[in-house]
Amino acid sequence: MFTFILRRLGLLIPTFFGITLLTFGLIRMIPGDPVEVMMGERSLDPQMHAEALHRLGLDKPLYAQYFDYLSNLARGDLGQSLVTRENVWAEFTTLFPATLELALCAMLFASVVGLLAGVLAAIKRGSLFDHGVMGISLTGFSMPIFWWGLVLIMFFSVSLGWTPVSGRLDLMFDIPPDTGFMLIDAWRAEAADPEYNAGAFKDALMHLILPSIVLGTIPLAVIARMTRSSMLEVMQEDYVRTARAKGLSPARVIFVHTLRNALIPVLTVMGLQVGVLMGGAVLTETIFSWPGIGKWLIDAIGRRDYPVVQNGILIVATLVILTNFIVDILYGIANPRIRHAK
Amino acid sequence: MSLLEIKNLSVQFGRKDAPFNAVEGLDLTVNEGELVGIVGESGSGKSVTMMAMMGLLEGQGRIVADKLSFDGKDLLTISARERRKIVGKDIAMIFQDPMTSLNPSYTVGYQIMEVLKVHQGLRGAALKARALELMQMVEIPAAESRLSAYPHQLSGGMSQRVVIAMAIACKPKLLIADEPTTALDVTIQAQIMELLVSLQKSQNMALIMITHDLAVIAEVAQRVAVMYAGQVVEMGAVPGLFRQPVHPYTEALLSSIPEHSKGASRLSTLPGIVPGQYDRPAGCLLSPRCPYVQPNCRQDRPALSPHGEGAYRCHYPLLNKETAR
Ligand SMILES: Nc1ncnc2c1ncn2[C@@H]1O[C@H](COP(=O)(O)OP(=O)(O)OP(=O)(O)O)[C@@H](O)[C@H]1O
Ligand code: SF4
Ligand SMILES: [Mg+2]
Repeated sequence: MFTFILRRLGLLIPTFFGITLLTFGLIRMIPGDPVEVMMGERSLDPQMHAEALHRLGLDKPLYAQYFDYLSNLARGDLGQSLVTRENVWAEFTTLFPATLELALCAMLFASVVGLLAGVLAAIKRGSLFDHGVMGISLTGFSMPIFWWGLVLIMFFSVSLGWTPVSGRLDLMFDIPPDTGFMLIDAWRAEAADPEYNAGAFKDALMHLILPSIVLGTIPLAVIARMTRSSMLEVMQEDYVRTARAKGLSPARVIFVHTLRNALIPVLTVMGLQVGVLMGGAVLTETIFSWPGIGKWLIDAIGRRDYPVVQNGILIVATLVILTNFIVDILYGIANPRIRHAK
Repeated sequence: MSLLEIKNLSVQFGRKDAPFNAVEGLDLTVNEGELVGIVGESGSGKSVTMMAMMGLLEGQGRIVADKLSFDGKDLLTISARERRKIVGKDIAMIFQDPMTSLNPSYTVGYQIMEVLKVHQGLRGAALKARALELMQMVEIPAAESRLSAYPHQLSGGMSQRVVIAMAIACKPKLLIADEPTTALDVTIQAQIMELLVSLQKSQNMALIMITHDLAVIAEVAQRVAVMYAGQVVEMGAVPGLFRQPVHPYTEALLSSIPEHSKGASRLSTLPGIVPGQYDRPAGCLLSPRCPYVQPNCRQDRPALSPHGEGAYRCHYPLLNKETAR
């Protein structure tokens, strides 16, 4: 198990370098530099332009800029936003809880519904329910997020008026961001002052529902399909026949002897969804004006805010990689054959 | 009264309008404490018969029988819940490949104790003690530490011992061993056979031994059923059936014994293979391969005729003929 972890860790280093190179290169490929974008349509004095670039260190050759970037990284310095002058890490930590809250709720929704639908479809293989689940998940998998978000808003927010259109909380509330998780903060604020903050928690929850569904749709489809096929495969295993020959109840056979083993590939797929989730968060946050990392990065790209884009993406990518790493380890724990491997 | 009584059992797979009878008109009885052998080539329906009786074909095969009773209980009309109280407790089954028969995610101890918990309600120290005792009964060395081993840490022979421990956990009245040694090394095969036979005696349980190894059956079984293409073609007491087979198929099986004890699943003395779903002949199922075939064999399927303590299915039994052996 120890060498297993070491080997996985070793793979992280080249991945990490690859990401720095990619983000560094890609943002510079977009035409326009930060100074130009800041000045907008106004004509820019070439002299001032050059001076501004020099101040930002953007007049150096690319390799020197990249080297600076890496050496700053090595010192743990993620730089400042060119626009707000705020520390990138500080901006990230302020905004990240909003994204994490959304991603967690989306994943919770996707896992609970996906696992349940997958298991039931496998048990009732060939039934109407099975075909329904498979059909819907195929649709869900190829759903364009932007369009899907707008459809849900049109229907539930605009036509039915059940859920709010955008944001994390109604403007009439003023909740201190203690944890950054709106559900928790609203809950605590409401508990502290039930009268003044009446209904804050419910409002926060209502704001979360649609974005979670939109963001969770693709992972849901993937998890449901994977769970179903993995269950069907394990149900054919000899040891499941042994379990039935032991006279165990169908529930025990399914949940103890089948699901446990069927979950192993599903777990991996769930881990891979973290990347999908981060990509989806960018779109979802834009549709719902959700003040999180996705919206932050989109804005930063629009402003050619190089440090924010480079390091923001680096942080997100590192998080995705770390999650996948943790999933790998969990995979090892769930599967004794790997756990005991030398 | 017999412990197990099967009368006219049929198991159908596939669509209702084009069914495939994997088992057809099968009769079998097993008495308490008796060792019955079932032999026959691959695909003759040995496993399907046993799985049908255990209720393991749910949702796959359609089961029809005149009688299917175990220990006085009618397995045809019993509810699934009642059946689960018998299966794994009074009837236990062990399968061909021990390496895939154990759940890779749970320890050996867990899997043995699970049976004891579910059927006997054992808990705590008594549970652990009984599991340990079972491990010792199947002669697993270092039993105590092996309780916490995972299946992949055990050899095939050890795994099969664990499977056997699990099967005999609740002192079953009937144990079904479906080719318990086929997947094992030759050196281990004899040990496992010996273990099963000695457990059968010490636990006084009935044992149905399914195998390709006729030599073993000749040595340990009291009676033997020869199966072919879903039917019992000959049934008889042991020394008798081996000395004087009446059915051409039995004769062919016996004449290829040296091969079979090496684990071969085909017969060199009878060309061809067991007919499957699409090539079942109309008359006697053996007629395409039988050396004694007559024209009417190809039209009329022979019924079961009693013979001594046993029975056979053939129009032209080898009754007055000394066999070539
Ligand atoms: N679930 C199933 N669906 C359809 N056909 C099946 C199924 N299980 C078994 N059969 C068919 O039933 C026939 C009898 O199979 P069975 O496994 O009982 O043979 P066997 O005598 O145990 O052979 P072996 O010695 O190889 O174990 C075979 O033709 C097989 O293909
Ligand atoms: S009935 Fe005819 S074909 Fe069938 S086994 Fe007897 S002799 Fe052979
Ligand atoms: Mg078989």
